[in-house]
Amino acid sequence: MNLSSSSKSPGSIGNAHEAAHRDPAVVIFGFWVFMMSDLIFFGVVFAIYITMVGATAGGPGPKELFDFGSLFAQTMLLLTSSLTVGIATVTMRHERSRASFLFWVVITLLLGIGFLTLELYDFSEMASKGGVPSRSGYLSAFFGLVPLHGLHVTFGCLWMLVLIAQVFTMGMGQVVKLRFLRLALFWHFLDLIWIGIFSIVYFGGWVYG
Amino acid sequence: MDWYLKPSGFFALKRMDLQRCKKVCPSGVSYYLLTLILGCLFLSQAASASETFLMPLGPVAEEQKVHFFWAMALTMVAILPVFILVPVILFKYRRKKGRGFYAPKWETYGPLELIMWGVPFLVIIVLSVMLWRATARLDPYKEIQGVVPPIKVQVVGLDWKWLFIYPELDIATVGELVVPVHTPISMILTSDTVMQSFFISALAGQIYVMPGMTTQLNFIASKTGETEGENTQYTGDGFADQKFNVQVVNSDNFDRWVQRVHSTGIELSTENYNRLAQRTTKKQAHGELATAQMPEKVIYFTLPGTQLFHEIVMRYHSGKPLSIEDQPGTEKFGRGKEDVEGVQP
Amino acid sequence: MSATEHGWLGKLSWESLVFSNFLESPSINEAVASAAGSLVILASIAILGLLTWYRLWGPLWRDWLTSTDHKKIGIMYIVFAIVMLVRGLLEGMVMRAQQAAAPDGFLHADHFAQLFSTHGTIMVFFVAVPFLVGLINFAMPLQIGARDVAFPVLNQISLAVTVSSGILLMVSLVVGQFSTGGWSAYPPYTGGDFSPGVGPDYWIWAIVFSGAGTTLTGINFTVTVYKCRGPGMHLFRMPLFCWTVLCASILMIFAMPPLSVAALMLGLDRYLDFHFFTNDLGGNMMNYANLFWLFGHPEVYLLVLPAYGIFSEVFSTYSAKTLYGYKSLVIATMCIAILSFTVWLHHFFTMGQSPTINIAFGIATMLIAVPTGVKVYDWMATMYRGRIRFTTPMVYAIGFLILFVIGGLSGVILANPTVDFQVHNTLFLVAHFHNVLIPGVLFGILAGYNYWFPKAFGFRLNDKLGRLSAYLWFAGFMLTFFPLYVAGLLGMPRRSFTYADLTFKPYMIVAFIGAMVVLAALITLVVQFLVSIRDRHKTRVPVGDPWDGRSLEWASPAPVPAYNFVELPTVTDRDEFSEAKEHGRAYQRPKNYRDIELPKNNPLGFILCVTSGILMFALVWYIWWLALISALAILIAVIASTFRKETEYIIPASQLEKDTEAWLALVEKSEAVSRDLEDSPRNVGYSKLEL
Repeated sequence: MNLSSSSKSPGSIGNAHEAAHRDPAVVIFGFWVFMMSDLIFFGVVFAIYITMVGATAGGPGPKELFDFGSLFAQTMLLLTSSLTVGIATVTMRHERSRASFLFWVVITLLLGIGFLTLELYDFSEMASKGGVPSRSGYLSAFFGLVPLHGLHVTFGCLWMLVLIAQVFTMGMGQVVKLRFLRLALFWHFLDLIWIGIFSIVYFGGWVYG
Repeated sequence: MDWYLKPSGFFALKRMDLQRCKKVCPSGVSYYLLTLILGCLFLSQAASASETFLMPLGPVAEEQKVHFFWAMALTMVAILPVFILVPVILFKYRRKKGRGFYAPKWETYGPLELIMWGVPFLVIIVLSVMLWRATARLDPYKEIQGVVPPIKVQVVGLDWKWLFIYPELDIATVGELVVPVHTPISMILTSDTVMQSFFISALAGQIYVMPGMTTQLNFIASKTGETEGENTQYTGDGFADQKFNVQVVNSDNFDRWVQRVHSTGIELSTENYNRLAQRTTKKQAHGELATAQMPEKVIYFTLPGTQLFHEIVMRYHSGKPLSIEDQPGTEKFGRGKEDVEGVQP
Repeated sequence: MSATEHGWLGKLSWESLVFSNFLESPSINEAVASAAGSLVILASIAILGLLTWYRLWGPLWRDWLTSTDHKKIGIMYIVFAIVMLVRGLLEGMVMRAQQAAAPDGFLHADHFAQLFSTHGTIMVFFVAVPFLVGLINFAMPLQIGARDVAFPVLNQISLAVTVSSGILLMVSLVVGQFSTGGWSAYPPYTGGDFSPGVGPDYWIWAIVFSGAGTTLTGINFTVTVYKCRGPGMHLFRMPLFCWTVLCASILMIFAMPPLSVAALMLGLDRYLDFHFFTNDLGGNMMNYANLFWLFGHPEVYLLVLPAYGIFSEVFSTYSAKTLYGYKSLVIATMCIAILSFTVWLHHFFTMGQSPTINIAFGIATMLIAVPTGVKVYDWMATMYRGRIRFTTPMVYAIGFLILFVIGGLSGVILANPTVDFQVHNTLFLVAHFHNVLIPGVLFGILAGYNYWFPKAFGFRLNDKLGRLSAYLWFAGFMLTFFPLYVAGLLGMPRRSFTYADLTFKPYMIVAFIGAMVVLAALITLVVQFLVSIRDRHKTRVPVGDPWDGRSLEWASPAPVPAYNFVELPTVTDRDEFSEAKEHGRAYQRPKNYRDIELPKNNPLGFILCVTSGILMFALVWYIWWLALISALAILIAVIASTFRKETEYIIPASQLEKDTEAWLALVEKSEAVSRDLEDSPRNVGYSKLEL
């Protein structure tokens, strides 16, 4: 967890004498608090999913709908992207060249987009088997939760695009570095959520559904 | 200070208060007295109304009433000091002419802390024990043991009336619930529209009813009399009218009443049920369905079978989408698609 | 429910306007609705007209709408909350009038239902929350010795979405009809089958957006308290208000998401035919009840905790005494914050769960009474051996103490599932939560308003009228809600637009009289404000300490300069400013003047206010193209703002020196007044040391 330690010792990314709202410690801490709130948001939706596992109302359930091959691929893509975003963080910290930093960011972005593509493909497969949210409470809960994570990933990709643009327009200054640190945190956070989704939504649903 | 003995006393006092805003201390006292007196006045009047658990018709409501007053009395242990001490403190330590000792840096005192935390805590412990026992004893799902076997009543919440099905007696009523005295009543309830809350204050209290789910309510009446039941969860235009008459009668009268329902009731066929389940008040439904022999705003039915309640609950578990035209309680229920073209949502 | 069913204006048509109903079928009911609609339109036109006439658009834009200053944002929050308060109160009055006039009445059930739905929604989300957030915004950074909140632009955004949701509610008076499902909007009643109109959609979007604003505010305040305290300001040196703010902010972070989830899921049910809470296909409305109250109960404490904080400041200041039992109060605050998450089920004891569950939640609910009781006793002990001055905030605080415990009493009673089976959903419950929220939150808010007003604007509010208003509030509150307790015990359900049983009538009439007294209290409040503005030259307190304050916010001039403190104070004590005055450390010249960097104005908040307002309106009315455009506009505005490079401006040391020297000169020549002259023109905010 080299990232969390950075929130305590911000020395490597700027001086701490600036206004409070640009103090790295404050900014990173604020982002942790935000993720805490987001975690509650996810947690509540997870809870709803768990209560709805049996509510298939005669419609297709997990056993009919889930494609674990594709899910395995999605998991691998997302886990790898977590690794690459970590590498990008390290290159940034060690002030390696802008090109190598951008390289890893772009790789992460591509992996994220790959994940989203596969996820959308999964959804369309599910829909073709009758797995649409309007079919049952269970599917509503599924489509309330999994695409919520997908939306977060989409937002993360958009954030990455904006950051790439800012690296060119604003340079690798403290502002951009801090933003990237937060993006990396966010990306790891989404990875954790995905592990929750994989084990509770997919695996748990498959076992108990 | 005998102003509070006169009923008009507190109005006079209020005017006085406004005039002497500057001398707050006495009015602080008066306000708390006023509070207490108002409360007492109202509570003493409460005894004159009949549709409340304060005038119970059965042991459940009776116990709820006793519990209410005990909870209030015990909490008073923690609250009375506030009513008494605040005015005293305000008077004694007022800046102008106050005679109290001034200790600006006094910020904590161990024994006092102990009392502050301890007293409310003890009160809550006592209350919790009471709560535990009463809640377990008065569980509405627990069947009441009486000398006679319980009478089963199935209750269906509709917009905006209650349907009472007596499955063992093959009758059903709307707008009137009649139960024999000293006989346990075992109710199972559901809704065939939105969520509602079924409430008979003088007998048992309330329980929510929800479509596709059942809840239960058990009670027994200990004296004959009349009261009112109602829905307490807002459900639309006819909500305020969703009341029903409750009669606790002796067993002879009950048998006679059952006979009467049998002889005057119309059949609760699917068609009649669907007409009943529309968005209508008791009065409208009465006008639509009732015959001249039935009392005002009351409809009597006879049962063609015993499955109606089950069918109502299972309506929501068919695994097929329930279109708005098939959902009782909606504006479009029971009307063909062509009928609703002109209706603006 | 697809987009194709409607034209390019979505569901919007001439019939959606409130006036069309009145023209087609004139009745008192429609007249009331149209009058309310016209009031909104006329008031908007009047405000726009006045702004144009006095050429105030420029200053408004520069000094307020684009400002990132926490004090100004706080004041804007409060102005917004007051506007909503007026609407909420008037709605309450119309409802009281209807129930007093029943069984004859003059409103349709539907209209009455809209009134109680908007009244509840507005009072909780658009009065209590923004008023408190405004006061916190204004006072908390000053109290902890900070220059601003942690994220000034985020602060602006929170305000923006809160205001735009409030405006959406105002629009619902003119266009279309609001939800009839109450502030808790229980499905399936609010689902698409039973409420096909736009009402619940108005509710959903107002809740989702203002909820997002509140969550962000919670994050902002938490970070501010944790990370932005001035030098020496340990957590246990913070004024109690800041502790309550911290706990309330944590509640915002944790409690708002369940509400957003519940509202969004209801939205998915309504818009996209999901089945979270529908009757058929496995939907379950009990999930909604759990989610809503998982938010709803912490929400109550989110509101009341900062109010406790305000009262703590008030009791201590006007008793001229340090706060008794500071640590007890802090612990009690934290206990309440934690316990508030363990009690939500008491909102539906009667849903048919097992008695064991009811017992657990009932006891948890009662436990909250312990720390609350401790607080009440601590405040009493604060006054004990003090020198109590009966100023307006103190009168509110005393009224709170007496009346709030009655609310506590009914709360403990309601915590008993046994009793709850009888009084749930009756007016007893209505009386209870008003008894907690009016003395607890509203009196706290009004005490805070009177207390900090001179700090914000540099002159005092009229104390006599303030106290008169307070007494009217007390009388009005008691007359309105004590009868409701009794009516509830007699079995009158809440939300009844009429009743056949005339037993209730006398109580409803008394309650209506009470509502009129509350109206008088509101009018007095307005008069107090106007009179105070008229008399402002006699009540100026430029030195900045009119009440012999004890915490840091009183250490700066009034009104407070944009930078709050020339030199961030080094804190050595809990009652820092009090100690400083006593030991002659107050009003000292800073050792040296250094440039101060402050966040620049930012138009982002205003842009988001407008675009999110349009987005919500378009969503409510199914105008998809407009929704898409405004959503894109929001996205672009946010992204564009991240490209801003110059986000700070500098206040030069010379300017600071000039300001400070002028202020110190003023202190020098001002007379230090004793507390007996607090309400006289001689009080210019320089307090005499009294020991």
